[in-house]
Amino acid sequence: MTISTGATAGLTPATEAGICTRVSIDPRGPRFGGAITTVVLAIALITMGTTFGTAVIAWQAIVFALGAFVGLRAQPYGLIFRTFIQPRLPAPAELEDSAPPRFAQLVGFGFLAVALVAALLGATLISTIAVAFALAAAFLNAAFNFCLGCEIFILGKRLSKSN
Amino acid sequence: MKGFYLVLAILILATAFGLWYRANNGRLRTTDMRAAGADEHGGETIDAQTIGVALGARATLVQFSSAFCQPCRATRQILGEVSEMVAGVAYVDIDAEANLELVRALDIRRTPTVLVLDSAGRIRKRASGLPRKADVIAALGDLD
Repeated sequence: MTISTGATAGLTPATEAGICTRVSIDPRGPRFGGAITTVVLAIALITMGTTFGTAVIAWQAIVFALGAFVGLRAQPYGLIFRTFIQPRLPAPAELEDSAPPRFAQLVGFGFLAVALVAALLGATLISTIAVAFALAAAFLNAAFNFCLGCEIFILGKRLSKSN
Repeated sequence: MKGFYLVLAILILATAFGLWYRANNGRLRTTDMRAAGADEHGGETIDAQTIGVALGARATLVQFSSAFCQPCRATRQILGEVSEMVAGVAYVDIDAEANLELVRALDIRRTPTVLVLDSAGRIRKRASGLPRKADVIAALGDLD
């Protein structure tokens, strides 16, 4: 079986699309942020159902919103990394594009927005499930350098534009 | 206390998944022999027109990338180096989002995905995730 799209004109090379050609951030920043997020979301799960627990969810939702909509420079955990951690570390071996971690912040915001609305409405189970997924993703990012955009972006595109 | 056990369970499950992910990510696999129209080497064929570059005399490395893919840059670096180092190896990096038709035809779900084509354009190896340079070079040796 020969795979052919028939038209060469339809093919876009990745570099032309600007994929990961911009390098702007220290890759250790998002991983540090993932570690703090893991701790915060664990606290949110343990205190789920209390006013404090809802406040923690609201805080993390704001953090993700800043990272996704304003930029990683405005993200509080990134700020902590650049102010206190980065000056004590050797220079990074290489810089990375900020688009993939920003996408992960956006997905995180989606889960936390659902979790917050559910918590405010008293739907503790839904809130728990949403925070649980966000916790797993944040932990995988911090511990295994898991790339969320790699896993879900193209799959999502395929599903949303399916024939 | 219930929340504490839930956190523990999530971290254990995520660790198990993470270890599996790390062990399998970027591994080059020989493509399925049972694929439609399989010949002696199995698998599908891609022509030069489809990927927009001439096939390499020995092999062609085809990478699919996306905008939110962190290891795509490192993959590009590795494949670019291999194609320069080994004679007769062509390399092309394709934007998956802009070429969804091809992505569907090849059933690409993650980025980066790397295909190793032989001189006839048959897909002989496939990896998703950042491959190791030594594995790519070894895969080229396996083609003959």
